[in-house]
Amino acid sequence: MSTTSVLGGVVRRKEDPALIRGEGLYVDDIKLPGELAAAFVRSPFAHARIMSIDASAATAMDGVHAVYTADDVRHLGPVLAQVAVGTLRPPLADGAVHHIGEAVAMVVADDRYIAQDAVDAIFVEYEPLPAVVDLKAAAADEVQAHEGVSNVLLAWSGQDWWPGVTDELPDAKPVIEEAKARDDTVTVSLEMVNQRLIPTAIEPRAVLANWHAGYGSFELWSSTQIPHALAGAIAKIFGLPSNKVRVVAPEVGGGFGLKLNIYPDEILCCFASQRLGKPVRWTETRREAPASSIQGRGWVGTATIVGTRDGEILGYELDAICDMGAYSQNFTVAIPLLGLFVAPGQYNIPTAYTLTCVVTNTPTTDAYRGAGRPEAAYYLERVVDRYAREIGMDPAEVRKKNFWQPDQFPATTAVGLTMDSGNYAANLDALLEKADYEGMKARRDAARADGRLVGIGLSTYVEVCGFGPSALAGLGFSWSEYGQPAAFNGSGVVRVNPDGSCTVIIGTGPSGQGHETTWAQIVSDQLGIELDQIEVLHGDTAESPFGVGTFGSRSLAVDGTATFEASARVKDKAAAIAAHLLEAAPEDIRFADGGAHVAGSPDKTVSWPEIATSAYQPHTLPEGMEGGLESTAVFSPGNATWPFGSHLALVEVDPDTGNVEILEYWAMDDCGNVVNPMIVDGQIHGGIAQGIGQAMFEAAIYDDDGNLLSSSLMDYPIPTAADLPSFRLDRTTTPTDVNPLGVKGIGEAGTIGSAQTIVNAVVDALEPLGVEHVDMPLRPRNVWQAINGARG
Amino acid sequence: MTVNGTTYDRDVEPRTLLVHFLREELGLTGTHVGCDTSYCGACTVIVDGRSVKSCTYLAVAADGADVRTVEGVATDGELHPVQEGFWERHGLQCGFCTPGMIMSSVALLEQNPDPGEGEIRHAIEGNLCRCTGYHNIVRAVEYAAAKMRGEEPPAPDWEVPS
Ligand code: FES
Ligand code: FES
Repeated sequence: MSTTSVLGGVVRRKEDPALIRGEGLYVDDIKLPGELAAAFVRSPFAHARIMSIDASAATAMDGVHAVYTADDVRHLGPVLAQVAVGTLRPPLADGAVHHIGEAVAMVVADDRYIAQDAVDAIFVEYEPLPAVVDLKAAAADEVQAHEGVSNVLLAWSGQDWWPGVTDELPDAKPVIEEAKARDDTVTVSLEMVNQRLIPTAIEPRAVLANWHAGYGSFELWSSTQIPHALAGAIAKIFGLPSNKVRVVAPEVGGGFGLKLNIYPDEILCCFASQRLGKPVRWTETRREAPASSIQGRGWVGTATIVGTRDGEILGYELDAICDMGAYSQNFTVAIPLLGLFVAPGQYNIPTAYTLTCVVTNTPTTDAYRGAGRPEAAYYLERVVDRYAREIGMDPAEVRKKNFWQPDQFPATTAVGLTMDSGNYAANLDALLEKADYEGMKARRDAARADGRLVGIGLSTYVEVCGFGPSALAGLGFSWSEYGQPAAFNGSGVVRVNPDGSCTVIIGTGPSGQGHETTWAQIVSDQLGIELDQIEVLHGDTAESPFGVGTFGSRSLAVDGTATFEASARVKDKAAAIAAHLLEAAPEDIRFADGGAHVAGSPDKTVSWPEIATSAYQPHTLPEGMEGGLESTAVFSPGNATWPFGSHLALVEVDPDTGNVEILEYWAMDDCGNVVNPMIVDGQIHGGIAQGIGQAMFEAAIYDDDGNLLSSSLMDYPIPTAADLPSFRLDRTTTPTDVNPLGVKGIGEAGTIGSAQTIVNAVVDALEPLGVEHVDMPLRPRNVWQAINGARG
Repeated sequence: MTVNGTTYDRDVEPRTLLVHFLREELGLTGTHVGCDTSYCGACTVIVDGRSVKSCTYLAVAADGADVRTVEGVATDGELHPVQEGFWERHGLQCGFCTPGMIMSSVALLEQNPDPGEGEIRHAIEGNLCRCTGYHNIVRAVEYAAAKMRGEEPPAPDWEVPS
């Protein structure tokens, strides 16, 4: 790969000038003449029969255009899900509600104030039913979340979930049982909660739908990560060819997985617009977001390690119940599967797992930053720490002893997937040296001697991302249910315009990841066209090549590669044209300084405008060459990519209040080659903050009746600036050969590495008290209780 | 009221919030709405020199006041040092919190030209960002503070080993 300063260098973002002036257009900033506003009647019960709905007063109100219930929209549903296991969500609750906040009726009115007044004037009579919220109770199946339907959807377990791949694997169970029975081994277990989270992008979701009767087409603006999948879904639901649905994802104010779904409000706004002949808008309020969007995580389970007394891990078991919520949406039941992809982490160890997917009377869970992988890393890295303590060995040494070695890659893991590249011990050593681990331990011990509760936490992780190979897509991770191919291709168009400027159009759906800048760097590096002459467009299905969207840390590795390949083809053609103009051989053409020259003759040059203009004029082209200067490339990777890294934290716990202060946070990530280090570091910062948010602050808390006790930002505290330290980052670089750029992906790594780093540190701080585990979130009260429980 | 230097004379309903007046009446959509409990700070503007959350401020309360929004901080097309800092130090990702962050930072630096890291973090505590982990926002404000004092901004992280 090329190593010019543009690729691998820091450049300021192309996105920013508009955003810092307040000129960025998000869905709620776009107004259409005559638009109407929607609002939803939401269930106050987690489980109830709907006995009657009286909308007469609301319908009669001035400015109210329509009230819709299940009877009006049943034909549109259920809402499509990519992995259609379990009960799918009806567009509006049909006969019964199954979680708090479920939409029961939709009002469309002149504006949102009137719509809300009308919502308050609709009377719904419910007959409450028993709700099931607790995961163990759900697995026991005594109370059912959907009457007469088992709560247990499936268990990802054993060797049979991927026919042809996992069924070839040896069964780890007998190996592990045998190791446990040996008298020279130790077995440690931790039962832990990985709590439910509310993703909380700062921009709430927003939808604006406009039906054009004359054209027979929809325009739909949505704050989504997956514009093409949404267009496909709307086309399928309304019986239209997909080219009659134009979805636009303008600026998107954060995604984190919550905008990676087809939502009923998107379908219903289209429906209402078609019925009423006017544009229809809905903007989510923060208070309804926990029910109107998906949530994440929600596991209870036990992690067990058996190993020798000198640190050799002989087996790992993970047995967890995973909360799906009431309805399956896009990826719901596949999220735990993503977790088990990385269940053995960086270790070459026999691994057995059972991840049981259960339904509860709570809102749906689906992908939230990391999606299964933070949960898996949490269970593994907590119990590895527990094991290290049990045998009295340094946690870093235990980890190193069990790592895959660099010469073992590509490495087929205990769960049957093949990891591309890794250099784990070198990465961990680099972190320990950078952070002065030995010095940190000495400082901790000195503080301890003074009676302070100071602790060090370490975690390694491996991530699977860059989705992906179409064999995996076929397992249910693609958009085939949405009328799209079962593949996870990337796509990019590179067009050099006649004036020598360049337009790049990509199939991703970014929400802050800086694609415009990164993709411009890739193209500029190839073509030698200045960054400010390159415009990168995305998010509009009418203009962009078919794309899968942005999630799973996939965009650069897959769509970035497609753009790289498209620009390589453009470069080849431009070289042929330049050679023709300069009367030289194409292989002697070099691109630099805004044009091309002949190798060895720097004064024989043509500029990009000259090349580009010639490309569109048959009389200036080489004989027989087709006009134009653009290429569309589609890239399908042969494997996922496997970033990895190590995180380290130093914390202090206040014994009187239980308050945790993060004194230092260090991270050494490895995402292969890096296009823009500034952007990569920014992704890690944000990821770490979300992991710390889970470790210390956030929890979606439901009472036994399924009422959400944390519906506002006051009782769902995401980290503030005052809660976090500055982060100290560095990286190692282990490229992948899955794509020609050697890049892996970095969107989720920070989140996957961080939560257990903090918990390990806090448990280490409490070690003198004999505390073995504290469940997240480590709010002062929980930590204080652990301290006082230990003190008896 | 005066908004970004232009005086507007409008009749508004008593219940109209300042943020809706700015966004819907004046078309200044740079000021965002991220919550309904006065918690996220996406709607932060400066009223008579103080940063306020415009989602809990009635438009009528700003009668006669001097209101500044993100659209008004650049002068003659020249970025404000805080805007420059956010761009130079990657203080934004999705950009949704950014206008509010910029306004809180402008208000901070007008009152305290040389804030330490803790003071910066405290000053923007009422502005939530889900993307950046605040690390680079703090660097952006440090950059702007140095610039406004006429000093050389600290080198970016990527040029100094941590
Ligand atoms: S919109 Fe959240 S504080 Fe104003
Ligand atoms: S940049 Fe996205 S919320 Fe701050």
